[in-house]
Amino acid sequence: MTEASNFLTEQNARADAEQAKGPGADGPYLVVEDLTVRFPTADGLVQAVTDLSYTLEQGKTLGIVGESGSGKSVSSMAIMGLHDIKRTHMTGSIRVGGREVVGLSNNRMQSLRGGEVAMIFQDPLSSLHPFYSIGAQIAEAYRAHNSVSKSKAKAKAVEMLDRVGIPQARTRVDDYPHQFSGGMRQRAMIAMSLVNDPKLLIADEPTTALDVTVQAQILDLLQELQRDFNSAIIIITHDLGVVAEMADEVLVMYGGRAVEHGPTKELLTHPEMPYTWGLLSSVPDVTADTSARLIPIPGNPPSLLNPPTGCPFHPRCPHRDKVPGDLCRTELPLLVQGTRGPQHLKRCHLANPDMIYETEVLPEIAPELVDMTVEDSAGTDSVAPENR
Amino acid sequence: MFGYMIRRLVSGILVLIATSVAVFALFFYGPSNPAFAYCPETRCTPTRLAQITESLGLDRPVLEQYGDYMKGIVVGNDFEAGAIVIPCDAPCLGVSFKLRVDVADYLMARFPATLSLALGGAAIFLTLGVTLGILAARVRGTTADKLIVGSSLIINAVPYYLLALLAYLYLISKWGIFPESQYASPFTEGPIAWVSGMLLPWLVIGVTSSTQYARFSRGSMIESLNEDYVRTARAKGLSDRAVTLKHALRSAVVPVATIFGLEFAYLLAGTVFTERIFDIQGIGLTALNAIGTKDLPIIAATVLIAAAFVVGANIVVDIIYSLLDPRVRLS
Repeated sequence: MTEASNFLTEQNARADAEQAKGPGADGPYLVVEDLTVRFPTADGLVQAVTDLSYTLEQGKTLGIVGESGSGKSVSSMAIMGLHDIKRTHMTGSIRVGGREVVGLSNNRMQSLRGGEVAMIFQDPLSSLHPFYSIGAQIAEAYRAHNSVSKSKAKAKAVEMLDRVGIPQARTRVDDYPHQFSGGMRQRAMIAMSLVNDPKLLIADEPTTALDVTVQAQILDLLQELQRDFNSAIIIITHDLGVVAEMADEVLVMYGGRAVEHGPTKELLTHPEMPYTWGLLSSVPDVTADTSARLIPIPGNPPSLLNPPTGCPFHPRCPHRDKVPGDLCRTELPLLVQGTRGPQHLKRCHLANPDMIYETEVLPEIAPELVDMTVEDSAGTDSVAPENR
Repeated sequence: MFGYMIRRLVSGILVLIATSVAVFALFFYGPSNPAFAYCPETRCTPTRLAQITESLGLDRPVLEQYGDYMKGIVVGNDFEAGAIVIPCDAPCLGVSFKLRVDVADYLMARFPATLSLALGGAAIFLTLGVTLGILAARVRGTTADKLIVGSSLIINAVPYYLLALLAYLYLISKWGIFPESQYASPFTEGPIAWVSGMLLPWLVIGVTSSTQYARFSRGSMIESLNEDYVRTARAKGLSDRAVTLKHALRSAVVPVATIFGLEFAYLLAGTVFTERIFDIQGIGLTALNAIGTKDLPIIAATVLIAAAFVVGANIVVDIIYSLLDPRVRLS
């Protein structure tokens, strides 16, 4: 642990953040601390996740956002213990309901997987076994954690399919995945993951493979089920629209690290990290002028084999020259409290990111919002640039 | 399903008819005149040859003779060779030139030996091959995996007849580790005699063929272990055993079933090398001997039977497909 001092500072910031939320009765349900996941390969060590920390309480939703290879899926699969232990180096700590998961044997992990913690995958067609009926697959998940008869498990499968809105669940339960539509398959997948009343549900891009109308239905369903079961949800996505609708908190990941973390509304309206700005600028806006072009983030995601020195985002960051002394290139910024309170953490060297966002970024991506934001921030911030 | 079966059967029969035409052409356009089979070429007088040609009906139009041949398969046919009449009941595949016996009966008597060889060999190569394949897939990249794949390649690289010959020479003739190979009926002579006579041939077929099944099922298994639905199975909290056998293997066996169906058909049609080396009186050895003696009716019959097995195996594989994969509906 050579970066021990860094950890300390980061942890202080996090501790502050937790205190601000108020201490929970038994602490948060999910605590991820300094999680580092590495995969040794023939080409070298893939540094998939580095020093990731966050917490999640029951009934809350965390959105994890980032591009492919940012570590969002890898870190979530680590919670489920889905990585091959022999091919993965994992350090740090993941506590689920107070139980340490990192280093847990595969057998011990089995009781947790699909029971207390369940997962929904991106493509429901490839994630359901094509040779077994929907009902059999749900019943199997139920029987893996409850010693009940096959007929009872099947009745439970019918009940769950009905619960997630599959019409004529009693007859459709014997259908095979290929006989279901895309949206129904994802409903069936949700039914399967919820069959054991999980306390934590990890949804890995649950709507990416679905068309837009079905997306909204699936998200509504997840929210409804969350209200009923009071489960915690981690929703992994690269769609900020999904995050805005679903999440209480957002964690932005880049190159395997958390780069920004805060309450959803706060983070989406006052992002302080240039990568988050880039994500916001690349969201298409239906109300925008059709001639307006999306602004992509230039460059490519960082190599996880040879991560860049300093800030992982610096090779693509258009604002790196605003930081004196070439700091972005040489020194990794810590995940520290942002300018707007202890709940908002960011990993960036920029001294006044809120001002840069309002004067340079916002006018480009959403000119109509500039006035609003300025007014909004005028009360809390002393820096209120006049830009009319 | 029913309509599909009818269509498959009809197309199978068409294939067999085409095969029979090709086989029948051997009699007329093949390198040897069938009449010489009854009359040694060196000492045959033209009158004698003409006599035999006539008595065999070889002077009649080709189509007529083909019609007789096909009629024989369906309703049977009696053959007259000089004074003696050889009865040949349906399905009549002709009468052997050399042995003067009903070919179908002759081959039927030899089929149990070939069937035993095929069943025993297949049981070994299927279990051994698929088990090794699954094991190698589970530990892929490790020394154990490399050992399995490497030894499988080495065994595969040795010509089969050489391996079988060496096994016979050393394990039976020289060291006497295995009993002398022979076919003994499990019903009349008892299962022990059956197994002991077949043991080494089974092992030789089983071990050599298992190598390709090991590599094939390893690849198929690795592919299916990487499927999203296998990850889902693990995410459900199923045991490793259930994930491997119930989820990954279920889809990995589909391609294995395909090559198995065809290979088993070839085994049933006669394993020439094995039967010759271990001196087992099966279809393969009979065909080999018939080629040596230019006994055309037997050659033609073995070719037809082989074609029938391949056609049948293809239909069976299709049915197995539809049982394994609900997405395949036979229609």
